[in-house]
Amino acid sequence: MKQFLSFVKKEFYHIRRDKRTLFILLGMPVMQILIFGFALTNEVKNAKIAVLDNSKDASTLALSSQLEASRYFDIAQELHSQADIEKAFRAGKIKLVVVFPQQFDQDLSHFNKSQIQLIADASDPNVATTLTNYATAVIMDYQNRITNERKLPYTIKTEYRMLYNPQLKGAYTFVPGVMAMVLMLVCTLMTAITIVREKETGTMEVMLVSPVRPLKIIVAKAVPYLLLSIINITSILLLSVFVLDVPIRGSLALLVFESILFTITSLALGLLISSATNSQQTAMFISLTGLFLPTVMLSGFMFPIENMPLPLRVISNVVPAKWYYHIASSVMIKGLGLAAVWKETLILTGMTVFLLAVAIRKFKIRLA
Amino acid sequence: MSAIIANNLVKTYGKKKDVMTALHGISFNVEKGELFGIIGPDGAGKTSLFRILTTLLLPDGGNATVNGYDVVKDYRAIRQQVGYMPGRFSLYQDLTVAENLEFFATIFNTSIAEHYDLVRDIYVQIEPFKDRRAGKLSGGMKQKLALCCALIHEPSVLFLDEPTTGVDAVSRKEFWEMLRGLKERGITILVSTPYMDEASLCDRVALIQNGGIMSINSPEGIIASFQKPLFAARTSRMLNMQQDLLQLEGVEECYLCGEYSHVVVKPALDAAQLDSYLRNKGHEAVEVKPVAPNIEDCFMDLMKN
Repeated sequence: MKQFLSFVKKEFYHIRRDKRTLFILLGMPVMQILIFGFALTNEVKNAKIAVLDNSKDASTLALSSQLEASRYFDIAQELHSQADIEKAFRAGKIKLVVVFPQQFDQDLSHFNKSQIQLIADASDPNVATTLTNYATAVIMDYQNRITNERKLPYTIKTEYRMLYNPQLKGAYTFVPGVMAMVLMLVCTLMTAITIVREKETGTMEVMLVSPVRPLKIIVAKAVPYLLLSIINITSILLLSVFVLDVPIRGSLALLVFESILFTITSLALGLLISSATNSQQTAMFISLTGLFLPTVMLSGFMFPIENMPLPLRVISNVVPAKWYYHIASSVMIKGLGLAAVWKETLILTGMTVFLLAVAIRKFKIRLA
Repeated sequence: MSAIIANNLVKTYGKKKDVMTALHGISFNVEKGELFGIIGPDGAGKTSLFRILTTLLLPDGGNATVNGYDVVKDYRAIRQQVGYMPGRFSLYQDLTVAENLEFFATIFNTSIAEHYDLVRDIYVQIEPFKDRRAGKLSGGMKQKLALCCALIHEPSVLFLDEPTTGVDAVSRKEFWEMLRGLKERGITILVSTPYMDEASLCDRVALIQNGGIMSINSPEGIIASFQKPLFAARTSRMLNMQQDLLQLEGVEECYLCGEYSHVVVKPALDAAQLDSYLRNKGHEAVEVKPVAPNIEDCFMDLMKN
């Protein structure tokens, strides 16, 4: 035990004395959460829009003011003719134009049916989609209200609901994704690199010619990074709750437990990489291209897996981050409990046990 | 029983197409409490040999035992009992001197205090720098620290792979004095070096070249086996002198050794003949004298045969 503690102590010395790396390890999650939360978000606030009202009746005025009242839109311009639309877009400020046809109110009350045209500046397709979605939501909202008020039977009713994220907040889905990314990066990359570094500098040679058992070396390497990861999980969760206003709907204990499980998976992967490589560059290259990219691409956090072709969907099943992302977003955002994610948890546990077993078996007790 | 027994050890590197043989059939014994030197130039196979004996590499042929334990099967037992200092500085550069020593003491389940008397003579020399990071020590200091770390668990056999390479002359001398001191305590020491002059400080040496042992003997024995006449020659134009001498009938070998050239000749030639030959060739300040052979002469001679 004393042997083991002295090992862990040594690892902490290494981490603490490499200030730049430590700074990156602890600063990276904060940076990523802030970047994803604020800069890369596809949420749009106070977008400038224009209204071309050809009808100017009670309904169009009510709808306009409702659009204006929402925090997404800011009516910057009143247009007077079809030709103005082009000009407004050309000026560059206006992202969306809402066009009411003539006799909007009349159509609505006589035929229970009317139309609104939404024209968006699709040079940024994501923003355009988001804005039309927002505007449709506002219009639907209005339509539902008048339907209720007038009790008319023929109004078209469209169901429109944003599940779990009614305001389409961007940060929601990023948080579990960033957690998966950071844990993967810190644990896999750093464990792989520290072990390979010992090989490179020759200290592994001395350590092997000693009574220490390989298992102890491995676990001692992993412990400090497990602790670092717990600090990182804490800072990510604190930031998302208090800075990004993303609530943790499910059980915090479950979320932390699952995160630690995923951390161990990543550590095992790092150990495996370290036993297969002999230079820090190779270890870094494998960790980044072989693990980090799939984590970002195939975990479902950037791109929905359901939309991928079959081969990619199959491959995504062996990416541990996919399962963790699923679990973390279920627990954190949907507020589900263990009953809903036990299957994924079991898969992740199985992967962890398998990887750890292989890593320990593969650990080289000699130099070649 | 011998502390180290190597029996026909073979080590090859590389795959089928270009196989590099590092050791072809090396055999030797090291007795308990002996200071045994492996002397040979870079690339002779010294490090491969050390790594096999310290259980870090598997031999491709032959077998070896350390303290009676097989280096393949009983690697765990050997790792408990030996001290190993690799050729390259292999301590933690970002840990201080004291932290390194403490770490290596604990991984061998011991403490600095327990075996302090063993390392004291060496440790007092680096103690003034004990809070300095190991990476910031001078070359000689690093080797002393590495020796301390290899000794801290009182090993019965010590493997030192080129401990004096890259160390200044004074530190080298000190280092060998330390090894003599350790030998007095009954520790078996296997040490390798590319420096021929260090051979005379060992009890016995093995001269090794291209993965094979050329001779195993005491330093005196090796020198005594050198039977040919040997002269040291010097003139004002050393480079031309070597070329000229090699053209003379009866001169077998001529190579630089310090500020003289050593000339190996057939018994027919003597110093006066060499002297007059060189003067005839137009050399000035000619000096030719008989000289006692050293290990390097023996090494050159063995290499030729």
